[in-house]
Amino acid sequence: MVIDLDRCTGCGACVIACAVENNVPPAHEGTTPRTGLTWMRVVRVDDGRSFPDTRSVFVPLMCQQCDHHTPCVSVCPQNAVEYDEETGIVTQVPVRCLGCRYCMTACPYHARYFNWWDPEWPAGMEQTLNPDVSTRMRGVAEKCNFCHGRLQAARAKAAAGSRPLAPDDYQPACVEACPTEAIVFGDLNDPRSTVSAAASSPDTFRLLEHLGTGPKVRYRSRSAAVRESLTRNSVSSEKEQVHG
Amino acid sequence: MKSIRWFVAGFVVMMLFGWVIFPAILYTHEEQPLQFSHKVHSGETVGLPCQDCHRLSADGRFEGVPAIAKCAECHAEAIGSTADERLLVEEYVKKGREIPWLVYARGPQNASFPHASHLIGAGLACERCHGSQGTAESLPAFRRNRISGESQAIWGTSIAGFKMAEWDGMKMDDCARCHRERGVANTCLKCHK
Repeated sequence: MVIDLDRCTGCGACVIACAVENNVPPAHEGTTPRTGLTWMRVVRVDDGRSFPDTRSVFVPLMCQQCDHHTPCVSVCPQNAVEYDEETGIVTQVPVRCLGCRYCMTACPYHARYFNWWDPEWPAGMEQTLNPDVSTRMRGVAEKCNFCHGRLQAARAKAAAGSRPLAPDDYQPACVEACPTEAIVFGDLNDPRSTVSAAASSPDTFRLLEHLGTGPKVRYRSRSAAVRESLTRNSVSSEKEQVHG
Repeated sequence: MKSIRWFVAGFVVMMLFGWVIFPAILYTHEEQPLQFSHKVHSGETVGLPCQDCHRLSADGRFEGVPAIAKCAECHAEAIGSTADERLLVEEYVKKGREIPWLVYARGPQNASFPHASHLIGAGLACERCHGSQGTAESLPAFRRNRISGESQAIWGTSIAGFKMAEWDGMKMDDCARCHRERGVANTCLKCHK
């Protein structure tokens, strides 16, 4: 996945699409930015100058799908987090999770969330739940898994057509919802794919690259200042500010 | 001698409880809303192929239980004279109501089972998992586990978990074993959702 920060307007359509697709319940009363379920969120990063000199960029953040030394996989005592060799997606099985939240501590991208409350939907809204994604109970961690329900549906469709799954068979909800087409999704291992072409651009970088986690989510921006800032520093989000 | 008698008596009581009484109270005994004979429909009388009602759509979704409109294609008016036939026509077909079938093979909410991958991808026959249901004369009672809320077909008919037939039991172990034997990936989210 490659996200073009120059195209992102910070509209938040990806955030909504993600929550709807993955049966993320409305925030419980008393939820803080630390305790919410935001598989996908958009944070604004600025250069610290005051108006009108300030320059800012919107950064859509989700699980970065680390490739090497995947922190959440290695710390999970329950084997509830798996690295899928076939797709390269870091998957999460909430029913296996015991709720220790070690993975949340280990994740350098703050991309994991904990269910502090049982999910509740306003009366009637449960009819809109996505049948391809199970709801999660209180006490387990969860995160973005590149819309796994869509991947499974795409696999079934490919099987029905007696053909192997093609990389373009499915798109995560955030990619589909983005009005500026800032997010490109596909097979990074296929040199002919659009996403590979975008990922090989010199403008492309990864968050916290020095950690060596090898995220499969790449960002790109023509601005050297943005690239410099995001490659080196942790993205300062509201979540971290509350954390102190 | 007396203590041995007490031991044997206790042993017999506990064995009876564990093997007979507990399974009897563990599962509910629910009758289907009306009786249906697969044998009549798929056998010589009518001779419909399974796929006529249990269709795999082009997008890979399996339409397990047919809608009432499918029944109405033949049963717009009562064909036979049984009470179930009358119930079907009067209560469901004419009123356009769906029959609230109790589905034996419905799995837990967090597991997905793509029929397309298994029927076409792996080439499995329906009987591999559903047994001889497709030729059965009548619908057995639906038995729901009072603790888990799942159908008895998930755990299997033996309370001890022994497989009485290849299709008996659809636990995660049963799925995983077949995947292992066939060299199919056994990662969690291959099946879980």
